[in-house]
Amino acid sequence: MLNVGKIEEGFVLDHIKAGKSLSVYHHLQLDKLDCTVAIIKNAKSNKMGKKDILKVECDIDMLDLDVLAVIDHSITVNVIKDGEIVSKKELILPKEIKNVIKCHNPRCITSIEQELPHIFVLTDEEKEIYRCKYCEEKFQERF
Amino acid sequence: MRHLMSPLDFSTEELDRLFDLAGDIERNMSKYAHACDGKILATCFYEPSTRTRLSFESAMLSLGGNVLGFSDAGSSSAAKGESVSDTIRTISCFADICAMRHPKEGAPMVAASRSGVPVINAGDGGHQHPTQTLTDLLTIRSLKGSLSNFTIGLCGDLKFGRTVHSLINALVRYEGIKFIFISPEELKVPDYITDMLKEKNIPYEEVIRLENVMPQLDFLYMTRVQRERFFNEEDYVRLKDFYILDKAKMELAKEDMLVLHPLPRVNEISVEVDDDPRAAYFRQVQYGVYVRMALILTLLDIHVD
Repeated sequence: MLNVGKIEEGFVLDHIKAGKSLSVYHHLQLDKLDCTVAIIKNAKSNKMGKKDILKVECDIDMLDLDVLAVIDHSITVNVIKDGEIVSKKELILPKEIKNVIKCHNPRCITSIEQELPHIFVLTDEEKEIYRCKYCEEKFQERF
Repeated sequence: MRHLMSPLDFSTEELDRLFDLAGDIERNMSKYAHACDGKILATCFYEPSTRTRLSFESAMLSLGGNVLGFSDAGSSSAAKGESVSDTIRTISCFADICAMRHPKEGAPMVAASRSGVPVINAGDGGHQHPTQTLTDLLTIRSLKGSLSNFTIGLCGDLKFGRTVHSLINALVRYEGIKFIFISPEELKVPDYITDMLKEKNIPYEEVIRLENVMPQLDFLYMTRVQRERFFNEEDYVRLKDFYILDKAKMELAKEDMLVLHPLPRVNEISVEVDDDPRAAYFRQVQYGVYVRMALILTLLDIHVD
């Protein structure tokens, strides 16, 4: 059994679908932050069988976690302070997201106009469907 | 300032006013002959389209205005790498209104967000083609007298066919419409459209054989399987001859059923059908000019007494 130490301040993102942690890492743009990140893949889970976990040691105001709701609403976000879980952050679906996810439709104008912001609009809150503002293609996570 | 990106940009009341105006134009062409004196329409066509471009040009010229523009990306500054945003800022200095066709979906919306003049989406990839939809609606309204209570069959490429997507989105706002989607499995109508129909409780059927549903239809909207929408030539060749409307199939239809087609056709409607009084696709082209005239007047806020 692999052991990863506690963090003092930051987030533990639990119940990430197995294999999806690197995608979450990139969506949160953790590669651009100078902070300690532990990526745990294929951890045993009673609920999911296998799951991924991300531990991020950072100031809790540093990360914009809205994108998590878009890519996987089932992720649990534990907020850590002084080494303890102080709260679980509820993921709220933003009405509009800008430059977080990209439109993969090869026929979309964003595929050729580099400076255009990638904007997605929440078109169905119940089914958690986001569509590209320009071409209306449904957002589907790709791995 | 208003633009036209989708048929839904206008409420049904606004569409009624637009179609009333188009009807008045049809009856009194000469009254409108100088309505756009001194105005310029720019037709910015990044992909070839003879019919839509000429229809816009005919509409503006019939209103006494002038036209300028380009008819493929190669002859525009897009070939030098200019963005749509920059092009429309420039065009805004040359013209009073712009009709834009672009192979990339959402391009006219980008243009509208940067433009100093009204922009009309004249077709963007497989996404929307609102002026074709206005043409279709005006044709139906003029030939049947109403936009409610009928069954319409949409046949052919329902996956990439933007005219079909736009028309469905527009028709769901009227009462008593039933849709029958006739297509091969590979070219079925996208799920976001069937999801929307389910949500709104609008009846629809999806079938593969055209013959089976002909007797039910009040309108048959035929479409072409478009080579330019395929990334794979093999798929195109396999699907292009899937539906051909001929005299034998027309015999199964109601006597007052009408056949519409956004044109151009390739071989999906046999020429022997052209003489059938139910073939309405060339009358539809004429309605396209009237509705574009009405649209130009509306977006330029020009009123003729």
